[in-house]
Amino acid sequence: MAELISAGLIRGLGIGSTYALLAVGFVIIYRATSVVNFAQPALMILGAYFTSVFISAAGMPFAIAVVAAMLAMAAIGMATERVALRPMVGRPPFAAAMVTVGVFITLYVVAHRLIGSRVRAIRDPWGLEQVDLLGVTVAQIDLAKIVISLTAIAVVGLFLARSRLGLAMRATSLDQEVALAQGVNVGRMFGLAWAISAALAALAGALIGTQAGGFEASLALVALKALPVIIIGGLDSIKGAVIAGLFVGVAEALTRTYQPRYADWLGSNFDVAVPYVIMIVVLMVRPYGLFGTREVERV
Amino acid sequence: MIGTAVLQRRGRVRGRPALYTSYAADQAILNTPAKRWWTAALVIVALALPFLLSRDLTSLMMTVFIYAIGGIGLNLVTGYAGQVSLGHAFFMGLGAYTAAVLGGVETDRVLGFGLDMAIWLPMAGIVPALVGLAVAPLAARVRGLYLAILTLGLVFIGEHIFKEAQMITGGAGVGRSPAEPVLFGMDLHGTYHVFGYILPRDAMLYFVCFLIFVVLAVAARNLARSKLGRAFSAVRDRDIAAAVMGVPLQRTKTLAFTISSFYAGIAGALLVVVIGQITPTNWDLFLSIQFLAVILIGGIATISGSIMGAAFVVLMPRLVSELAGSVPFISTAPGSGFLTVFHVQTMLFGALIVLFLVLEPRGLYGLWVRVRNYWKAWPFSY
Repeated sequence: MAELISAGLIRGLGIGSTYALLAVGFVIIYRATSVVNFAQPALMILGAYFTSVFISAAGMPFAIAVVAAMLAMAAIGMATERVALRPMVGRPPFAAAMVTVGVFITLYVVAHRLIGSRVRAIRDPWGLEQVDLLGVTVAQIDLAKIVISLTAIAVVGLFLARSRLGLAMRATSLDQEVALAQGVNVGRMFGLAWAISAALAALAGALIGTQAGGFEASLALVALKALPVIIIGGLDSIKGAVIAGLFVGVAEALTRTYQPRYADWLGSNFDVAVPYVIMIVVLMVRPYGLFGTREVERV
Repeated sequence: MIGTAVLQRRGRVRGRPALYTSYAADQAILNTPAKRWWTAALVIVALALPFLLSRDLTSLMMTVFIYAIGGIGLNLVTGYAGQVSLGHAFFMGLGAYTAAVLGGVETDRVLGFGLDMAIWLPMAGIVPALVGLAVAPLAARVRGLYLAILTLGLVFIGEHIFKEAQMITGGAGVGRSPAEPVLFGMDLHGTYHVFGYILPRDAMLYFVCFLIFVVLAVAARNLARSKLGRAFSAVRDRDIAAAVMGVPLQRTKTLAFTISSFYAGIAGALLVVVIGQITPTNWDLFLSIQFLAVILIGGIATISGSIMGAAFVVLMPRLVSELAGSVPFISTAPGSGFLTVFHVQTMLFGALIVLFLVLEPRGLYGLWVRVRNYWKAWPFSY
């Protein structure tokens, strides 16, 4: 029972909350520009890199370093949108998505060049410490991941729901031309969407990068798991992204704990394939994800 | 009377190359004399290449043909039928392992039946095509970016299966040797004497690859101008409108996936014959992206574009490493200098995808059309 909660649920929710962070970033960009941003993994790993540099080279405390990395990545995200994505406005979504693939490859090489072949570490305040939670021993880092991620998502949600800028962003995602007619600077909203999304990716990178033993550039590929997450949740639903993120994280952690014991025939490291299997099952039942809006087809 | 009959049969008028008097002549693959002459010239050059080039360049050219086969396959499903697929690498892997099991050498670790290429090559296309047929009903249900990520899932699940099926693939990190290219009892890797000439090593393999490439390219071009090809384009442009006009959506999408998987399987099987050892991690997302780059850089929904794109994607890294010596900040040894050749190759690759999509969405084919139109009207601007 204790194993079920600590190794299954809590660790799963910890990983899942970082998936949710990345997925919310995908959804925000998708809603603003109808583009799936395949560059998100590269933004994530650069965020982890900046955090580790700010901590080790500039000597900042963890919290400030994370915020600084988020700001730096927000600037990079905005610049990417302006240079690579703005010319694609009005072009088919597939072409724009392929542009983000190109951006991903380029930024991924930059990350490889910066991080090099050595392993980098983020000196986070939690390390391998554990805490007693209602009689179950759980790792502090997992709790920290859950609390920080869900707080960040809640802040973004509040911003979208309550602030003037958030309203403008929602208006843009609803109908760009009408928003333009109401005096919303649509181009700036695109930039803002990328900035928020890149900042969330940086936060996710800092949290995922805390793993024991440090991280390498190839950790970026973990962020690809956010792709099945957004498909399960529905491409345009923030609520769906959060729920599906947590769900996939728990499913993965449970598979890692129990599959070698009960279903060994599925092979080692089956947990890597689990998000995609869940995605295919969900798509068979609901082609637009659990919370996604069904596309309106006009003839 | 006789004149009209001849005219209708030939569909052309002497001295008027651009005047077509029959539908067949208008729809012919090589419908202008310029196309006929250039194609003939290119075929002759391609056949002469193994005598002129060194062995590693010959095998690079083989890779171009194989990438072109895979690119044509992806273009059929993504370019013509409009179904974005990131799962091409999975089907290539499937083809490669089918070929390796049927045509490979049995060891104590892996299976291998040592059959002839005349058996393993068609099977390397048919098995992925059947799997594509099985996956297609699901893929036909979802659209656009949902489909792209669904097919991405195929790559990850496929990689897991490849890693686990050790009797077939040799397992992660170790891999296995590919199928033996023995066609009708003739080892294509060997050296042969023809009419007193000694053919260079691997020249036979080169010719066979080229022949398969030409056959599959012509077949795809023919498919594109057939009823099915027009159905593909109709589904891509507006699937509801296509359904209203009586195009069966489910069947068309399924066929697009099946045919594309067939091409992918053949390309995968031949690719490992040229490369040699293969591991399950070869068939990953980056290979799929490479093939998307082939059709994006080459030109969406064009066969000749796929070929140009394949040549570009395969030859560009080689060109960069040849030029690396003369550019100061690129180092050829890993770990030294500002950027290594590998960094530059990968970055150029990413940047070129962005540049082509932003500046010339029709790709190299579009550039070629612009050049052609300029010279057609020269010295006038239009």
